[in-house]
Amino acid sequence: MAHLQEAAVKKINEICDRYVNERTPLMMILSDIQKEYGYIPLEVQELVSKRTGISVAEIYGVVTFYSFFSLKPKGKYVIGCCLGTACYVKGAQQIIDKFSEIIGIKPGETSEDGLFTLDALRCIGACGIAPAVTINGKVYPKLTVDAVPNVVAEYKAKEGK
Amino acid sequence: MSKINIKIEGIPFQVEAGLTILEAAKQCGFEIPSLCAFNHGECSKGSCRVCLVEATGARGLVASCVYPVAEGMEITISSPKATAARRTSVELLLSNHNKNCQQCEKNGKCELLHVAKITGARDDMYQGSQTKVTVDRLTPSIVRDTSKCILCGRCVERCKNAHGLGILGFENRGFNTIVAPAENRSFANSPCILCGQCVSVCPTGALMEVSEIDKVDQAFKAGKYVVVQTAPAVRAALGEEFDMPIGTLVTGKMVSALRRLGFKKVFDTNFAADLTIMEEATELLGRVQNGGKLPMITSCSPGWVNYAEINYGDLLPHLSTCKSPHEMFGAVLKSYYCEKNGIDPKDMFVVSIMPCTAKKYEKDRPELSNDGLKDVDAVLTTRELGKLIKRSGINFAKLPDSEFDNDIVGEYTGAGVIFGTTGGVMEAALRTAAFKLTGKELEKVELTNVRGFDGIKEATYNLAGLDVKIAVAHGMKNAKVLLDQIREGKSEYHFIEIMGCPGGCIAGGGQPYVKPCFLPNEDADILDTYKQKRASALYQEDESKAVRVSHKNQQVMDLYKNYLGEPNSHKAHELLHTSYSARKAFKD
Repeated sequence: MAHLQEAAVKKINEICDRYVNERTPLMMILSDIQKEYGYIPLEVQELVSKRTGISVAEIYGVVTFYSFFSLKPKGKYVIGCCLGTACYVKGAQQIIDKFSEIIGIKPGETSEDGLFTLDALRCIGACGIAPAVTINGKVYPKLTVDAVPNVVAEYKAKEGK
Repeated sequence: MSKINIKIEGIPFQVEAGLTILEAAKQCGFEIPSLCAFNHGECSKGSCRVCLVEATGARGLVASCVYPVAEGMEITISSPKATAARRTSVELLLSNHNKNCQQCEKNGKCELLHVAKITGARDDMYQGSQTKVTVDRLTPSIVRDTSKCILCGRCVERCKNAHGLGILGFENRGFNTIVAPAENRSFANSPCILCGQCVSVCPTGALMEVSEIDKVDQAFKAGKYVVVQTAPAVRAALGEEFDMPIGTLVTGKMVSALRRLGFKKVFDTNFAADLTIMEEATELLGRVQNGGKLPMITSCSPGWVNYAEINYGDLLPHLSTCKSPHEMFGAVLKSYYCEKNGIDPKDMFVVSIMPCTAKKYEKDRPELSNDGLKDVDAVLTTRELGKLIKRSGINFAKLPDSEFDNDIVGEYTGAGVIFGTTGGVMEAALRTAAFKLTGKELEKVELTNVRGFDGIKEATYNLAGLDVKIAVAHGMKNAKVLLDQIREGKSEYHFIEIMGCPGGCIAGGGQPYVKPCFLPNEDADILDTYKQKRASALYQEDESKAVRVSHKNQQVMDLYKNYLGEPNSHKAHELLHTSYSARKAFKD
């Protein structure tokens, strides 16, 4: 746990202590940590384990079960391509492939400059506007393959790249 | 508990409310094929779907290991629908299973193969993807092979229940799910203590000990002077490998078998247990009289030593510096024994038969060697000895009894024998400590306060005006309670015995499997009683010995007189003591 700074240790312990009275606090704790830091590496899981008595293997199991949790830092912009049934039949696979091609990363990966993470999502409940893509919560309805380069360029421009 | 009325296969029964269908059926004399369920719900996730039955009031078929009985419920086990469903469940498990059964070390004791046979599962009914495989062979103790894993979760639960550790967990999702230490690491880079409790409950070959039979074969082939020693717990369980009832003492047959296997000398680790007591009791009295670190904690169990090094690095000065008995024996054999018998220690190869997987790791520790020679060269589990005997054309049941070698080492007392069960080391140590403190033998050597299977046992003995407070714990969950007391400065004890496995060595991770499906002649509650039965066998041998205190072991006394000087002497420290160092839980 040498890599963690004192402030982070304090913060994580504080997050754990928020839920001491809960019967099953793990999901809430991990959710808060994910929101706070954007990822939950092993060092942090060890810390949560020490504080809560839940084994590291169990915590790791929960982190790897839910796609919401991440073991590695995510990019500044998280592109979520829905691959649920409706989006899929409307061509979501081609859209995620296009993002993949332009940014040069596979689904689940983060670009080297830390700008983008590409996530394949199951149904996000937006079937009416399929195929749907979300970027940091902003929804792009009925996206087309041709529009993908513009979307990427838009965020790159924001960062002056 | 109130009783309720149910029908199984049309026959009315009264059973306790709250039982699962599986348990209720068992009580009524039915045996529903099941796989993942284990030990009265220690593990019952309903994950394998092998125990499906029809039950009125339920939608579809239900997993009987998790579904509770209800008033008026009618349960059908033998309908075509239920039997076909169980068969399909097994076929699906087999479709993602590495079916190299003939090479599999678990062959003959595999519960998956057992239910496959019972349900009539057909070969290759479903062909499809295979989950990506991890094989972890990095530790000297345990192999984890996910290609054999059926995701039942028994190992996950056992590690939590026995030790509060939870080294193993389910990770990933859906078809990619595996059971593994966090990050799918090797046990070697995790806080695993290598006790092998997970191995003892695994239904398949997914978790096995690392076999060292080849190593022993090679030593014979190379013409080494191969000697063997056996731990006390082995004699109380080896018979089970040959279908003898649990609790059968097979000391004499075991010795005959080992001699036939070609070992030059067959020694009893108990000799070294007596030696350990001399060293440990002296160390304890020294600490008490000279204001040393107290409580002192035993160090015989390598699983426990691993746990201490990983989790309680700050408390390591509390551990006795004594090597574990078989390591002491190895050191004595390669020095004293070789010297007296004109053997070059480099030619000697010491094999230990142990009820333990952690001992395999222990023997490779660099501290446990002298002049560059390991104290012990190979460790076989009780199960591996069973295999060795079977392949050698020996009919174990028909073997005559023989005695251990004891020309200058090997003699043992009753005190050494009881090392194999929880409380035994404490009892043996107190028998000798009492004599050392008071100059008199105990009137009654049986110290029943430290016997039995309570998680933590404590007692106070007044010896020569000194109230000696002691405690005994087994399983790391119990040990943790005592250790936290020490850490908080609240511990009142002088001496603590800690054994890694719940029950002590008799229930060690290298002992014969206790799987009810392979033990049709044992009582239905065998999982509750086997530890007691094996322990009784050891207490029986203790009682049968004329000498029951370590300080009256004449050969141990001679060893001191002719070689070591006295307990805790410089020479004794060199050969019989060791050191510990704190380790990280997750190595980088």
